[in-house]
Amino acid sequence: MRLRPHGLYIKPQGGARVIHNYNSVGLVTEKCVGCTDCIKRCPTEAIRVQDGKAVVIREFCIDCGMCIKVCSNKAKKADTDGLAAIENYRYKIALPAPALYGQYKNVLDVNIILTALKELGFDEVFEVSHGAEVVTKAVGEIVMNSANAAARPFISSACPVISRLIMMKFPDLIGNILPVIPPVEVMARLSRRHVCEREGLKPEDVGVFFISPCAAKNTGTHRPLGYEKSEIDGVIAISDVYVKLRNKIRKITPDKAEILAHSSFRGVRWALSGGESGNIDINSIAVDGIDNVIEVLEELENGQLDDVDFIEALACTGGCIGGALTVSNPFVARNNIERLGLLMRCDAGIKARRVDFGPVDFAELAFTRRLTPTRALKLDADMSKALEKLERMEEFIKELPGIDCGACGSPKCETFARDLVMGQANMEDCIFMLRRKVKMMAESMVELASKLPQTSFIQHRELRD
Amino acid sequence: MKLHYEVDGEEFAAAGQASGNIKKMLKQLGIASDVIRKISIAVYEAEINMVIHADGGTVDVDIQTDKIYIALKDTGPGIPNIDLAMREGYSTASDEVRDLGFGAGMGLPNIQKNSDFLKITSAVGVGTTVEIEVNL
Ligand SMILES: Nc1ncnc2c1ncn2[C@@H]1O[C@H](COP(=O)(O)OP(=O)(O)O)[C@@H](O)[C@H]1O
Ligand code: SF4
Ligand SMILES: [Mg+2]
Repeated sequence: MRLRPHGLYIKPQGGARVIHNYNSVGLVTEKCVGCTDCIKRCPTEAIRVQDGKAVVIREFCIDCGMCIKVCSNKAKKADTDGLAAIENYRYKIALPAPALYGQYKNVLDVNIILTALKELGFDEVFEVSHGAEVVTKAVGEIVMNSANAAARPFISSACPVISRLIMMKFPDLIGNILPVIPPVEVMARLSRRHVCEREGLKPEDVGVFFISPCAAKNTGTHRPLGYEKSEIDGVIAISDVYVKLRNKIRKITPDKAEILAHSSFRGVRWALSGGESGNIDINSIAVDGIDNVIEVLEELENGQLDDVDFIEALACTGGCIGGALTVSNPFVARNNIERLGLLMRCDAGIKARRVDFGPVDFAELAFTRRLTPTRALKLDADMSKALEKLERMEEFIKELPGIDCGACGSPKCETFARDLVMGQANMEDCIFMLRRKVKMMAESMVELASKLPQTSFIQHRELRD
Repeated sequence: MKLHYEVDGEEFAAAGQASGNIKKMLKQLGIASDVIRKISIAVYEAEINMVIHADGGTVDVDIQTDKIYIALKDTGPGIPNIDLAMREGYSTASDEVRDLGFGAGMGLPNIQKNSDFLKITSAVGVGTTVEIEVNL
């Protein structure tokens, strides 16, 4: 493990998108003041302050976006693509996540939002929620199949942060993760195939862009979980197009909106916690917020949830509407989407078109690669050395003040102890230990000062007086 | 490496802290996933038993390179008939405890299933000691 600065990563132009060890979260160095906002809130304790700047330990970062949300100096940014990136392709497709629909209050017709999005320069707009409907069917089939009973409870693979959390902190639960590719990937594959047939295009002419609430899903296009290569060519943050879209939305009246919607509320509700599990009639838990998810996974690991069939676990509060790249408050966004849902479910509701994406073979949705433990927590490859380090760590913990002040740059005394053992920190980085050392030095100096040579004239005179 | 924990019998919400801590240690040692799962279940069940059937107690852990030894000791009411207590579904838990989701009578059988060595020493009115060993 090595601490590395994480300035914004520059993507190779035009090259392969698959990059190992890629993380989305980056630092705007000038804005970082080296406070303890992000180190304290990072759920995997992946951040340290070094030389006055926040540094991410990549092995520990799962791109949850918490640091982006909590940084009061706006110094954390996700390394997504700008809108300009779409110009590299002849035919441009936008794939908006359903979380986008929750961003605008009182815009109750999805077609207005989709039309506004298309006007940003896209040739076609397809709803990711359609992919969610496809995945819902596949998930239902796997979970309901009694042959798969041994793997229950299944954990949804929809949130990449949770999958990566499990790969790092709950390796024994990897086998519970549902091996199905995420909705946006399904949609990327279907969209490209569809427009190539419809417009007579070559696959490489088509640029597929995900309009994302999520930093981790950006990472997922570079480092796919469970499959070789992503079909997504770029990821644009909802927050980056929010204002442009709002300005366009204002000018579009319902009668002028192009009919672009093509999915049902079953897919749209995936943006909300409880949306995915609510579609399947089984005994399920829907948990959101990464701390809550960790608690549920602990219980599962302790064998306390064997009666549950399915766990929908989303890292963000409220689900993807609470993603780091969204703008609206997640509870307000939830209300917006629920109102939309009421409309979509009534007959006069929202006008939709039919798009024929062709047949989907469920086998194509299955993972083609195993998820493997990341081993980031491991102190040493050698068990006896690891044990030795753990013992030393425990000793350090006893010695340290235990007040988790963060001044050393580590989030907790315990993490600092780990850093010490791993050779990533010095004892003097702790101001309390430093003060103790200074005091000890001062005391020995006083002691030394009283030890003057026997022949000293001054000392003898002082004694005599 | 030796660890020691005190388990508070009054703090129901904190039950599971000792086993949680042990899990965390084992993950830092890079113990195989299936072994971690076994230890998690065994220690958690034993810790919970100490809280719901006795008045808390102590947990002592000795981690060696090839095995982990855990001793959970309480000064609760003791178990009159250990063979009976080991049976699947046998439980003396109160309705109150059942309402909290415990008392399915699967704890001791699960500890047995998930450990490589199990020894229960108990005397009525004196207390219970559960010793668990799992090979790493
Ligand atoms: N530490 C303990 N002190 C006293 N009695 C215990 C203890 N652990 C287990 N028992 C007894 O053994 C029974 C079976 O335990 P267990 O299999 O864990 O089931 P449960 O805890 O669900 O009742 C308990 O109902 C209780 O009567
Ligand atoms: S809840 Fe949604 S937005 Fe948040 S990390 Fe998971 S997938 Fe991304
Ligand atoms: Mg029990």
